[in-house]
Amino acid sequence: MAESMELRDIEVWDGNFAAAQALRQAQVDVVAAYPITPSTAIVEGYANFKANGYVDGEFVMVESEHAAMSGCIGAAAAGGRVATATSSQGYALMVETLYSASGMRLPIVLNVVNRALGAPLNVNCDHSDMYLGRDSGWIQLNAYNPQHAYDLNFIAFKVSEDHDVRLPAMVHQDGFLSSHTAQGVHTLSDEVAYNFVGEYQPMNDMLDLDHPVTHGVQTEEDWHYEHKARQHHALMSKVLPKIQEAFDAFETLSGRRYNIVETHQMDDADIAVVCMGTSVETAMEVVNELRATGIKAGVVGIRVIRPWPLEQIADALKNVKAIGALDRSSPNGAMGMLYNEVAGTLFNAGVQTILTDYVYGLGGRDLTKAHLVQIFNDLKANMDAGKPTTPLQQFIGLRGPKLSFF
Amino acid sequence: MKKIKNLKEFSTSADRFEGANLLCPGCAHSIIVREVLNATNDDLILAASTGCLEVCTAVYPYTSWDASWIHIGFENGSTAVAGAEAMYKALKTKGRLKQPDRVPKFVAFGGDGATYDIGFQWISGCFERGHNMMYVCLDNEVYANTGGQRSSSTPIGSSATTSPAGRTSYGEKMNKKDMVAIMAAHGAPYVAQVAPNKWKDMVAKIQKGFAAEGPVYINAMSACTTEWKFSPEDTIAVSDLATDSLVFPLYEIVNGTELNITYRPKNIIPVRDYLGAQGRFKHLFTKQYEYLIDEWQTRVDAKWVQLQRREEARV
Repeated sequence: MAESMELRDIEVWDGNFAAAQALRQAQVDVVAAYPITPSTAIVEGYANFKANGYVDGEFVMVESEHAAMSGCIGAAAAGGRVATATSSQGYALMVETLYSASGMRLPIVLNVVNRALGAPLNVNCDHSDMYLGRDSGWIQLNAYNPQHAYDLNFIAFKVSEDHDVRLPAMVHQDGFLSSHTAQGVHTLSDEVAYNFVGEYQPMNDMLDLDHPVTHGVQTEEDWHYEHKARQHHALMSKVLPKIQEAFDAFETLSGRRYNIVETHQMDDADIAVVCMGTSVETAMEVVNELRATGIKAGVVGIRVIRPWPLEQIADALKNVKAIGALDRSSPNGAMGMLYNEVAGTLFNAGVQTILTDYVYGLGGRDLTKAHLVQIFNDLKANMDAGKPTTPLQQFIGLRGPKLSFF
Repeated sequence: MKKIKNLKEFSTSADRFEGANLLCPGCAHSIIVREVLNATNDDLILAASTGCLEVCTAVYPYTSWDASWIHIGFENGSTAVAGAEAMYKALKTKGRLKQPDRVPKFVAFGGDGATYDIGFQWISGCFERGHNMMYVCLDNEVYANTGGQRSSSTPIGSSATTSPAGRTSYGEKMNKKDMVAIMAAHGAPYVAQVAPNKWKDMVAKIQKGFAAEGPVYINAMSACTTEWKFSPEDTIAVSDLATDSLVFPLYEIVNGTELNITYRPKNIIPVRDYLGAQGRFKHLFTKQYEYLIDEWQTRVDAKWVQLQRREEARV
């Protein structure tokens, strides 16, 4: 039996250590991992727990991220709780196996500490890796700070391992901005945390020697379509209610409330930004200041990236007259992903509004409060004119001549 | 350890690999897989890399496997089994195994592409980490599943679709990679080269492999009727030519150093006979390229001398 660890009610943890503590408290059976900045400290933390008797699962230090997820898939198919962590290039190397994990309906929790993709090589935060895997069939939750990184791991295990869901889940947090920034984190005791996640109940486990199973079959045009459709159907219809259930249960347990879509000052907002990660909290600060000057600004923070919460997002934005979608990834020849998804969501909901795309923070560039004030000023100008007065797509905080498009 | 009296009993015992599969008539893969699985009565957890074996035995909604089996991708069959083995160890430690008194064996199968080329890193990682698993390479010396392209196991002078013989080329230019030596160099407790025609030798080696603690590598010569271009009924005859010409010598390496030759043909036949039995070497029997047949013989002779010296010197 692993030794339990006494925690204070509030510990000063960075996002990486918070995630590592959650893996320890969930008593993960197998972690197969390969280190990469800025997520390295998650697996280092887990290795330390193992070295000191705080976990009794297996820690497999594989030779690449692709092997990390391959090992996780084998372990999950064998029947047990499985987790790992990665970032950026490592995530990119993993992408092939991400599709295998979700296609085989295996519960695995992957902590993704978001980081830019090279070239140029860059270890700092943006959401390029997150965007890369957005169609891989995983549940994707977004943490804005170390507290969220801790709490959302428990939610991720609970939802992912639910027999109605059986889909892997990612917990995203911003590289360095969350992963390396220490804050006071409200903790759960080992017992309370483990009981929330619950004992793992295997399904179709390879190690049930009396009931052999075949995982990862071949399907061609005769069945592939049906498998993918069922997987999508599970994501679209089953996951959001289960996440809501888990959020409610977690609130009862901890007093901390999470929502599928987080809103700030949105009840009467005229203008709003939609964003993810650490910029959500910066935007909340800016909105508080703008409200003091009489500007009705608000923030919509995406909490659940996949499945995309169409209804909740449309509902949050239905009365807003000008919206900025904040994309932390190079759009590389298109409008940003967040812009596109918000646009599609609003169009289908019949919401007539002015939507613009702000690209920001690539490779760790700061998004300052001044940048956000400028964005809200743009949005206000658009609202007042009743039409777009600014370019449809702009790069925020870029040195040199201003780049804008359309 | 399972006792086996004769071939008839062996071939019908504990059949966990069904005859109902889509492999080509005459494919040695099915013979080898059955020999590996029938060598033990232990429970088995199996993986396969993408390749002929995989696409022909698990086409939804069917499966040819009566033991737990997983496929992820072309490169990671080894790591899939390593992950399952890690889970077994974890659940054993935690006292959560459903059948705690049964000790399953973990086996991954891959073709030469999945082993010598794309999956090489994953296998090397698994062996370095010392997982308790067996990796079986079904070595047919070509990417057969994708239609006959060369691999780093394809022997020199063979005509493959990406190294075709023609007016200015005798086909594959590179010598076959020595995967057995490479895997032995990992310090694996047991490494062996086997062939399906020598079934007793194969069973002895598989049983030794299952008895070993740690990663075991088995290189199984798998004659490919489609890409080697011979008649389906000749699989075992071609295999006999391979082992009796010493193109595929049968030996084992214990703990990375102790090399034992396990089959010494009474009459060593010329390599020419082996090459002549297969369409992939047909062009070597022309005036332009026949010098390669002598080079082949020289290389096979040299390898045989080297193996005997290593056996004697225990290195």
